[in-house]
Amino acid sequence: MSDTSGITSPSHSSPAGDYAAKEEVARQSGTAPQPSEPKKTQASSLWANAWRDLRRRPVFIVSGIIIVLLIVIAIAPSLFTSTNPKPGDLAHFMQKPKLGHFFEADWFGYDGQGRSIYARVIYGARASMTVGVFATLFVTVAGGLIGILAGYFGGWVDALLSRLTDIFFGIPLLLGSLVMLQAFTGRTAWTVALALGVLGWTQVARVMRGSVITVKQADYVQAARALGAGNGRIIFKHVLPNAIAPVIVVATIALGMYISAEATLSYMGIGIQNGISWGADISTASSQIRNSLHVLLFPAGFLTVTVLAFIMLGDAVRDALDPKLR
Amino acid sequence: MGRYILRRLLQMIPVFIGTTLIIFLMVYALPGDPVKALFGDKAADPATVLRLKHQFGLDKPLLEQYWTYLTNLVQGDLGTSFSQRPVTDILTDAIPVTIRLSLVAFAIEIVLGIGLGMLAGLKRGKLVDQLVLVVTLVVIAIPVFVLGYVAQSVLGNELHLIDPTVNDSNDLSQLLLPGIVLASVSLAYVSRLTRTSIAENIRADYIRTAIAKGMPKRRVVGIHLMRNSLIPVVTFLGTDLGALMGGAIVTEGIFNVQGIGNTLYRAVLQADGPLVVGLVTFLVVVYLVASLLVDLLYAVLDPRIRYV
Amino acid sequence: MTTNETPANVPEPAAGKGAPLLEVRDLHVEFHTRDGVVNAINGVNYSVSAGETLAVLGESGSGKSVTAQAIMGILDMPPGKIPKGEIFFRGDDMLRMSDEERRKIRGSKLAMIFQDALSALNPVLSVGYQLGEMFRVHQGLSRKDAKAKSIELMDRVRIPAAKARVNDYPHQFSGGMRQRIMIAMALALEPDLIIADEPTTALDVTVQAQIMDLLAELQREYNMGLILITHDLGVVADVADKIAVMYAGRIVENAPVHELYKRPAHPYTRGLLDSIPRLDQKGQELYAIKGLPPNLQHIPAGCAFNPRCTMAQDVCRTDVPVLHQVTERDGAELPGRGSACHFWKETIHG
Repeated sequence: MSDTSGITSPSHSSPAGDYAAKEEVARQSGTAPQPSEPKKTQASSLWANAWRDLRRRPVFIVSGIIIVLLIVIAIAPSLFTSTNPKPGDLAHFMQKPKLGHFFEADWFGYDGQGRSIYARVIYGARASMTVGVFATLFVTVAGGLIGILAGYFGGWVDALLSRLTDIFFGIPLLLGSLVMLQAFTGRTAWTVALALGVLGWTQVARVMRGSVITVKQADYVQAARALGAGNGRIIFKHVLPNAIAPVIVVATIALGMYISAEATLSYMGIGIQNGISWGADISTASSQIRNSLHVLLFPAGFLTVTVLAFIMLGDAVRDALDPKLR
Repeated sequence: MGRYILRRLLQMIPVFIGTTLIIFLMVYALPGDPVKALFGDKAADPATVLRLKHQFGLDKPLLEQYWTYLTNLVQGDLGTSFSQRPVTDILTDAIPVTIRLSLVAFAIEIVLGIGLGMLAGLKRGKLVDQLVLVVTLVVIAIPVFVLGYVAQSVLGNELHLIDPTVNDSNDLSQLLLPGIVLASVSLAYVSRLTRTSIAENIRADYIRTAIAKGMPKRRVVGIHLMRNSLIPVVTFLGTDLGALMGGAIVTEGIFNVQGIGNTLYRAVLQADGPLVVGLVTFLVVVYLVASLLVDLLYAVLDPRIRYV
Repeated sequence: MTTNETPANVPEPAAGKGAPLLEVRDLHVEFHTRDGVVNAINGVNYSVSAGETLAVLGESGSGKSVTAQAIMGILDMPPGKIPKGEIFFRGDDMLRMSDEERRKIRGSKLAMIFQDALSALNPVLSVGYQLGEMFRVHQGLSRKDAKAKSIELMDRVRIPAAKARVNDYPHQFSGGMRQRIMIAMALALEPDLIIADEPTTALDVTVQAQIMDLLAELQREYNMGLILITHDLGVVADVADKIAVMYAGRIVENAPVHELYKRPAHPYTRGLLDSIPRLDQKGQELYAIKGLPPNLQHIPAGCAFNPRCTMAQDVCRTDVPVLHQVTERDGAELPGRGSACHFWKETIHG
């Protein structure tokens, strides 16, 4: 199909093939030769290509910047505001935003208890990010492990783990975590992350299993096996690096979904207690929305943008990794 | 085909047992005492607590409780809620409402989701396509409770176009707004899935063949393209019907729809263990049946899939 | 009817079996991509008459398939574009017809056989449906009548147990049988002209011969014109009447089939012929044309083949060669022969 093929190679039946091949050749000739050992080339050039592609995508750049900013806010909220988010001053009851007062306490206005909405939104980021990141870490490690074992070993291991996955898959995330978290008092971001993780790993496991099954059949894996490499070595050196791409995409998007789920749980009164959470603030605001939209708008806006950033990042990474969809 | 269904049904048994067991453990084995919670903040009379525990069998070992629950379940008995009402009674009240809401949402999801997806997929790269992509992405990112509240307060409280809450859960017109909110996220997924599927298939060789055969455009799109592109969409819709029924917790709560989601939410808050387990069991059955139907449907739609 | 309008320097193909069914004149096709314009076809001329087989030979990217798609009207436009050229079918320029007029010709008068039947047939519709569709759409037949016709067609292309298999799906057939279904589909409405784009490339060698025989036989039976697009010189020799060799979107040589094999008049054709393995040269190293086909975004100035040509001179790097009428040493015209080489005389006569 490429133009480098000789006269005996079958010609591609689509006219697009001709210039698509050109594009492919042009793209690859721009690639510096990979000095790494051949077996790694496959995975590393996939990422190298994806990275080159990603750097040119505005969606990736924008979502990346938002996420980095959110991480900084979550780690060091005091960098962004000197106002204490907790005590309220009823003198400020429901004050409207002063949009010119950048980074000041009254920038986004005040809520029904006279607390600075800006400060609360900034301090609320930590809960969302903690839940999102740790729930995602949990599902990626647990689901990834189960998926690798099921996909790589097959047979009864697969049968057993796949049934286990089916069992957990049958419990809706929100509903399950609602029931689970109800039992705990003094819930923190960690409790919520754990509940979401325990119920959420199935998606990663399924994706990883499918991906591993595909990669397992690849020639380089068969070759490594023929050369007498052990299972552990094959899994970590050959299978994992080539199978992980779809998992990373799924995990990135899931991170956004966990943040959304945390907010929903907090909104329903089953989320984080004693902490500042966008969801809980939205819940409080929704009873006061009639007179002051801004109380709802800012936490809801921050929440939406955060979730959006992770989904867009995941989408961009998927598009970059899968040239077929372009 | 018959053997395939039988095998799938047999496979469903361990999954059903496993899922219900987990729910059971989540309700009864995790910290917190459901009976004590019944009394709220008031100090519970220890004698009453013991009596109630005995009545609901909660003084027995956990696995024995689960066994009793399973054997009752096989006989169609989902147990009795702490409010002394049989769970099946409560379900019978809530199911029609939930089904009605789900169907409204489902219809919106199919019509709008597939419609927008087709539009975007056929006009790939054009303005309409970009617009659909951006809007659906934002809809996916906005949490449902935010969307629900904004819709309710803007359309209901500010513009007075509709009743902010549902007074009569049997009135389909009142279920329209909750239906849209409930459908929103799935609708966005359906659009994106349809778009991707169409964009992939539109370049397929068999589409070229259909054009080369002199088929009119509506036939190329309507039969050759859609027949293939809708396979993943239909399977998504199938699983989603189950999810809509269980996923209505938030929406039903906001709009005060007396369906399963709302009932379940209140049961969780009141720590009504038997009711929670009963309702979730029902939802698990719905989910399992839906996924079986989807698999069968998939094999019907795509002749390349064989029953194995 | 249109022959007298042919540009003077384009030789008329071999002994016509009547006026040409199809005549392509000075066809240009370009693709507008992100990275610039790809000139896929740069002035192609050829014609086919009823009962005649034209083989179009060329490497991937030579433009042979794109020409066929332009004729069928199945080019993706955009990115494809036809800035110049005419395609006469029975005397009418198809590029000037309305979409609806062209659609009615497609399938009924002008049919195409694709390379890979597995991907060219719709995987979720039964072969009977896909065959019957031809009759239902073009002739308005009922579902039932169309099905009967489909079974008849399947019999005609010798698919065993046609009646039992009419409701089967493409993936349930073997590669050879699938290609027979493709042929049946092209044949359904007894078109005047069939374009076969690498019809045997995806098949096993043994099946290839059967399919080519079937195609040739049906062509004779219906007195159809056939354009056979291929990269395989072996396939061509047995079935074609004349050959057009394409390179970088141009025809570099055309000739009646046996003359081309005997005495190529273009260095590229000669290179192709020399690179066929031959029994009498067993043990010798196989010849290969050096270099790669040109990038269609940057076709070399002058003759597109010059960087790979052993005979290239300065003139080849500056002037694009026209298609010369090829003659004998004594100046006698060789009918139907043309070569787009500045040094065609040296090539053919040594």
